[in-house]
Amino acid sequence: MTYELIVVGGGPAGLAAALAAREKGLTKILIIERDRELGGILNQCIHNGFGLHYFKEELTGPEYAGRFIKMLGGTGIEVMCDTMVLQVTRDKQVHCINPERGYQILEAKSIVLAMGCRERTRGAISIPGTRPAGVLTAGAAQRYVNIEGHMVGKRVVILGSGDIGLIMARRMTLEGAKVLACVEVMPYSGGLQRNIVQCLEDFDIPLYLSHTIIDIRGKNRVEGVTIAKVGPDRKPIKGSEIDFDCDTVLLSVGLIPENELTRNAGIELDPKTNGVAVWENMETSTPGVFASGNVVHVHDLVDYVTGESKLAGVAAAEYVKQGERSRKNAITVKEGKDVGFIVPLYIHREAMDAEIFFRVRRIFDKSVITVKDGDKVLAQLKRAHMAPGEMERVKLSRRLLDAVEGNEITVYAEEVDE
Amino acid sequence: MYDVAIIGCGITGAACAYYLSRYNLKIAILEKHNDVCCETTRANSAIIHAGYDPEPGTLCAKYNARGNELAKEICEKLSVAYKQIGSLVVAFSEEEMKTIGVLLERGKANGVPGVRIVEQAELREMEPFISEEALGALYAPTAAIVNPWEYGLAMAETAVRNSAELFLNTEVQGITNENGAWKIKTNGAEIEAKYVINAAGVWADDITALVAEPDYKINPSAGEYYLLDKSEGTRAKHVIFQCPNENGKGVLVSPTVHGNLIVGPNAIPSDKDDTSTKTASLDFVREKAVKSVPSINFRENIRNFTGVRANSSTGDFAIGFSAENFLDLAGIKSPGLSAAPAIAEAAVEMLGEKGLALEEKADFIDKREHIRFKELDGETQNRLIGEQSAYGRVVCRCETITEGEILNALASPIPPVSLDGIKRRAGTGMGRCQGGFCGPKILDIMANYKKYAYEDILQDDTGSYILTGETKSRRDA
Amino acid sequence: MIDLICITCPRGCHLKVDEENGYAVSGNACPRGEVYGYNEVTNPKRVVTSTVRTSSREYPRCPVKTNGAIPKEKMFEAMALLDGITLETPIEEGEVVIENLFETGIDFVTCKAIN
Repeated sequence: MTYELIVVGGGPAGLAAALAAREKGLTKILIIERDRELGGILNQCIHNGFGLHYFKEELTGPEYAGRFIKMLGGTGIEVMCDTMVLQVTRDKQVHCINPERGYQILEAKSIVLAMGCRERTRGAISIPGTRPAGVLTAGAAQRYVNIEGHMVGKRVVILGSGDIGLIMARRMTLEGAKVLACVEVMPYSGGLQRNIVQCLEDFDIPLYLSHTIIDIRGKNRVEGVTIAKVGPDRKPIKGSEIDFDCDTVLLSVGLIPENELTRNAGIELDPKTNGVAVWENMETSTPGVFASGNVVHVHDLVDYVTGESKLAGVAAAEYVKQGERSRKNAITVKEGKDVGFIVPLYIHREAMDAEIFFRVRRIFDKSVITVKDGDKVLAQLKRAHMAPGEMERVKLSRRLLDAVEGNEITVYAEEVDE
Repeated sequence: MYDVAIIGCGITGAACAYYLSRYNLKIAILEKHNDVCCETTRANSAIIHAGYDPEPGTLCAKYNARGNELAKEICEKLSVAYKQIGSLVVAFSEEEMKTIGVLLERGKANGVPGVRIVEQAELREMEPFISEEALGALYAPTAAIVNPWEYGLAMAETAVRNSAELFLNTEVQGITNENGAWKIKTNGAEIEAKYVINAAGVWADDITALVAEPDYKINPSAGEYYLLDKSEGTRAKHVIFQCPNENGKGVLVSPTVHGNLIVGPNAIPSDKDDTSTKTASLDFVREKAVKSVPSINFRENIRNFTGVRANSSTGDFAIGFSAENFLDLAGIKSPGLSAAPAIAEAAVEMLGEKGLALEEKADFIDKREHIRFKELDGETQNRLIGEQSAYGRVVCRCETITEGEILNALASPIPPVSLDGIKRRAGTGMGRCQGGFCGPKILDIMANYKKYAYEDILQDDTGSYILTGETKSRRDA
Repeated sequence: MIDLICITCPRGCHLKVDEENGYAVSGNACPRGEVYGYNEVTNPKRVVTSTVRTSSREYPRCPVKTNGAIPKEKMFEAMALLDGITLETPIEEGEVVIENLFETGIDFVTCKAIN
């Protein structure tokens, strides 16, 4: 049987895409999820802060996922859990495997890739020292603590002040561990300010900015770490070393879109981000294959994941019903200085509108975002403050897109003088 | 009373056990760690050298070429990952071109098949990413890459399958000789054996010292490595060496049997058990490596590790009897991995000359089955899943390893007691997420299979606990 | 003048609370920020999220949350109350796990359905 849509991944992205496609009239939809339950990473995000935009309510991760899982009821959308997708092809075959049905090759008219992302590990940043037990990524620790119910250590040092690191600082403390420090290599935290307050300040956990771990000690289990201040070149400054006597190191040092399947399918990735290269409707380089969520770009707020996943679902339905869209005269989106992680990379010339997401590469105070077509200014938006940890959005209306004469638009971020 | 006691189950000890187990002998293998091949054997360049490098007339030369020959056969019989991809020693100057000319002659003298010089044009064709500065290389087609710990493990498992007895967590504390038999005192069992093989790696001289004044000294040398993601795996097609200098074979760049890229090592004196990585060494390795392959993307690094090599003060393998029926196989550093089976072959001969009865077993099992699910065709995969549904559950996503393979590892002749033990047998946790995804799942599988308490499950060696308790337990006031 | 970051939503407005002026709050982008600012200085409160044991082998923990903010100094005590509880499956989302924490009228409720 050929599905109209197969969604790879049953987290918030996959769920929203499937539901949106259903709403648009597709009926033969399958969600494939490798875990034993739907919900994706939200299942282990037991803290709140989700849904303030989308539901106008503050929900925990499981509650947010729960809303969409409930919506599946009565839609006829098929779900296969405990199933690993091994391969996706450009002619829309999905190879997957599970204990009941074995190895299967499924055919689809359209596909949404929603595999999420994974964490950078110790090796990616080559932290020197021994390799004892007790060094793990913050997300892996979160899985142990929240889903499996195990504690991973008693005295903890956290590297990275992104939200995952901050959230785990609080979580470990509430479960009885002592978190000795949160160490951040940049001069500013990568996480939300509210998390600095409710995860570090609430528990008197010191935050060491412009510091990094330069040594991990311990024969079989972590016994201690040394941190040091770093200069603008991010190299350790001699004489600034501080030792901590700890048994656990949690790493929150970055997330990478999980695109093994995408790469193997020969579908285009953005080499700068390792995310899927997409059009404004979340279509990939292969017509009929779409992508959304962290597999395209790592989000701060799941509400935006839902938004772009709905676009992907709608676009998949349109593809199945109306066929391929013309890519003639497409508009390429480029990043100006200090701007990165731009999504989408391409816009259909006749798109009704396009929402552009990006991140700045450094902190900006009073600034302005400008979208230009050559020298022509298409849009300008003021911002009081921008930071790499907060994704920015710019909406381009049909009217603005109409005004694009060339084949390229560029997004700039510039500080303004008082 | 055992016929032979082998001290140390690294590649050398494992190879000796494998070769000896084909005879009707009572064999004891003593290993101080909780698993085999835990030291140098699992932290090296993973290369079966062709054999042109050692000076003719040395034991290194004698056993390297022979070991290279034996490796292919053994790896096939025992299902060890092995790829004969060939090696290139690259020259960057006229001086170095002369050096590889010398290596060519050495290769011929050592009986290495197929060695020849390739000029720049051919080199570029063989290695598209090679530096523009490379002038030529010595090509040795018989060099191979292997999974080094699997190589040792497979031989050890086969020995055990053929009735050799393995004593893990057994550290030698004292050795005496009584009535012509060796009495080995350990932290556990006391082992008596007629013959002893000292295959204790970096600790070999300490073992020898228990029976006699060693006529060699182990000068441990640490080498650090980068292991890069599979996306960098095609950066090299052969093992790419640089010209050897006084410190060794220089920094190499090579694909691994798993499809990764390995870069390293350096060589600095170290403590015997210091396997820490150091910034200075890692920086050195990076700097040297890009000389051969400038485009290596180190941002794709997934793991760093350090191996300590057992360099002998004699400059060669230190092989000989330091006492009656006490055979040292010491100083087994590069080309140790390559030479191991040849050394074992020779050790058997040497013990035979000293009177060890070598009566071949009629029923010697010289085979090892090992299922690598992802390498099987769809039909076979579905048949296996039909027989055991656990093969249908992929646990390690990065490497596509199934629960069935993990259960096989747990049921193997030398069962793993740690996550890393499962990694070394089933291949889990070796990919780009380094066990972040599969770790909790494997822990669960182990706990259920072995009825372990979760807090007792180890990452690797004794003392490397992963969990410290359960959440939501009654806490002490 | 006390400087605070509002934690009510991810925006994180920079608040100023004037303790010499009846704890007047400024810098808030919405009314909830005013409430937060006032409370934070006079009687700080927090929502607590955690897990409880379940009787399920497959899903050994169920996420729970306080359905309102409780006094900040009671956080660890609230956590400790969860230790002794094991929820029997099936578990519904929104089930009350502990009622009326410290007489605040706020309950610990489940955040997930488990069968």
